[in-house]
Amino acid sequence: MTATTPAYEVSALQRERLAYRRRQTITSIVIAAASTAVLGVLAVVAITGAPGWDRVRETFLNAEVARESLPEILRGLWLNVQLLFFCAIGALLLGLGVAVLRTLRPAVFFPLRALATSYTYLFRGMPLLIVLYLLTFGVPGLRLQGTPPLLVLGGIALVITYGAYLAEVFRAGIESVHPSQRAAARSLGLTYRQTMRHVVLPQAVRRVAPPLLNDLVALQKDVGLISLAGPIDAIRVAQIQTAETYNYTPYVVAGVLFVLMAIPLIAVTDWVTLRAARRQSAEGSA
Amino acid sequence: MRTPPLRSAVLAAAVLAAAALAACAPQDEPTVAATSAAPSACTPDKLATLAAGKLTIGTDDPVYPPWFADNKPESGQGFESAVAYAIAAKLGYAKDQVVWTRVTFNNAIAPGKKTYDFDVNEFSITEDRKKAVDFSSPYYDVTQTVITVKGSKIAGAKSLADLKGAKLGAQVGTTSYRAITEVIKPTAQPAVFNNNDDAKKQLQNGTVDGIVVDLPTAFYITSAELDNGIIVGQVAQPAGTPEQFGLVLDKGSALTGCVSQAVDALRADGTLAAIEKQWLAGVAGAPTLS
Repeated sequence: MTATTPAYEVSALQRERLAYRRRQTITSIVIAAASTAVLGVLAVVAITGAPGWDRVRETFLNAEVARESLPEILRGLWLNVQLLFFCAIGALLLGLGVAVLRTLRPAVFFPLRALATSYTYLFRGMPLLIVLYLLTFGVPGLRLQGTPPLLVLGGIALVITYGAYLAEVFRAGIESVHPSQRAAARSLGLTYRQTMRHVVLPQAVRRVAPPLLNDLVALQKDVGLISLAGPIDAIRVAQIQTAETYNYTPYVVAGVLFVLMAIPLIAVTDWVTLRAARRQSAEGSA
Repeated sequence: MRTPPLRSAVLAAAVLAAAALAACAPQDEPTVAATSAAPSACTPDKLATLAAGKLTIGTDDPVYPPWFADNKPESGQGFESAVAYAIAAKLGYAKDQVVWTRVTFNNAIAPGKKTYDFDVNEFSITEDRKKAVDFSSPYYDVTQTVITVKGSKIAGAKSLADLKGAKLGAQVGTTSYRAITEVIKPTAQPAVFNNNDDAKKQLQNGTVDGIVVDLPTAFYITSAELDNGIIVGQVAQPAGTPEQFGLVLDKGSALTGCVSQAVDALRADGTLAAIEKQWLAGVAGAPTLS
């Protein structure tokens, strides 16, 4: 046995393995590129070669119509943005509150638990359009003093519908926190409220952040449904413009704007997911 | 490990895709004949309709009086149903050779293959729209009308100026909406509804002060559908060209010439006027707001 270890040398076998892996990587990249190119060419040929392509391009991708429709659609989009802001806050608060109610253990809270449970059952099952109809057409029909404006009523419909989805997400998060965490917190002398506030909820919210953000992206698209009650949002503007010209380009413009608006939120979702995965398992760095 | 099976799979997929492409290689749509059809060519055996020997007429679902009765276009009752059958008869189709199909507004104007020979559903003829579809000769001259209920703040409006502060509503995609934004120009943003039923409901709820519909619809809604409904008045045409309803046909349809000829003939021999009198009677007398 020698005292000094010889300089590490890659064995011939290992060099062969590395070379093989490199070749395989290159091959797979080439195949991926080639198949993407083939698919892309096929798609372009199939679409632009279709007999109706000229008409479809004229009807859906007309640059002039797009330019003319943009300012009005942006004005409509502002309504979507404002609604999204307030409805997201409302739905998150409502969802969290209902989730906490659903996880209360003491028997005395049974009525509250039952109420919270039926709420999530009811509003996850009820189509948003119908909730909107009931609130924005039915409630004003009561002719009560101090009925809020249609925008607020529509906002309430969105908040209670999305609150039900978010409540279930929050509940899943709360229940995923191991009971030993609660037990440990209570044994340290924390009250129930303190345990929830400092131990359970922070972990729960972090775990369910991706699905929460996912629901918010869905909400972002659905706020426009409020247009059914009369207000004019981005999609409604596009619909009006399409009806005036029989040209569908405004819809495409509105669609692109919605995607642009969603990208930041989706990017944040991905980032949060990645970070959570890294934190939960040291190996989850892929 | 990536081994030949994968590569051959990719190749196979590429071959398959190429085969699929060949299968759906561009084919021309059935050749569209020139629209300059001679009068003699406008007979069922010469007309290139969707189904040979049948005339397929499209309309929305639901459809409303006085244009149609009971949402049954095939009954021949209602102004547009009667006009459609009169055109069919002029072209030589008996009543049982007429097939009705339901097409929503958006589908009726979409660039794809049409499922109707012509569509009748209060389509206003505009230059912009002519870029996307063919219109027949007009079969009805239309005016837009503001309606409301008793007790509304515009119930006593006598001029357009009286409507400036009003919250008005209209059905989406209609020239009624343009009448609000281009002629009345109220300070409050107009409300836009999916259909006239929704607009009517919000008028009853009081969330809008008035709604704009075309004149015959205004008479029908205020007399038959609304309690205490009143007509405020007619609104002048938005632009110089009068607003007229035409039948919608596919862009470049071989039938446009024949259908237009039929409409022109019906106007000339007084049939259109008679149908109008039968179904849209009593629609005179609403004051015009200026």
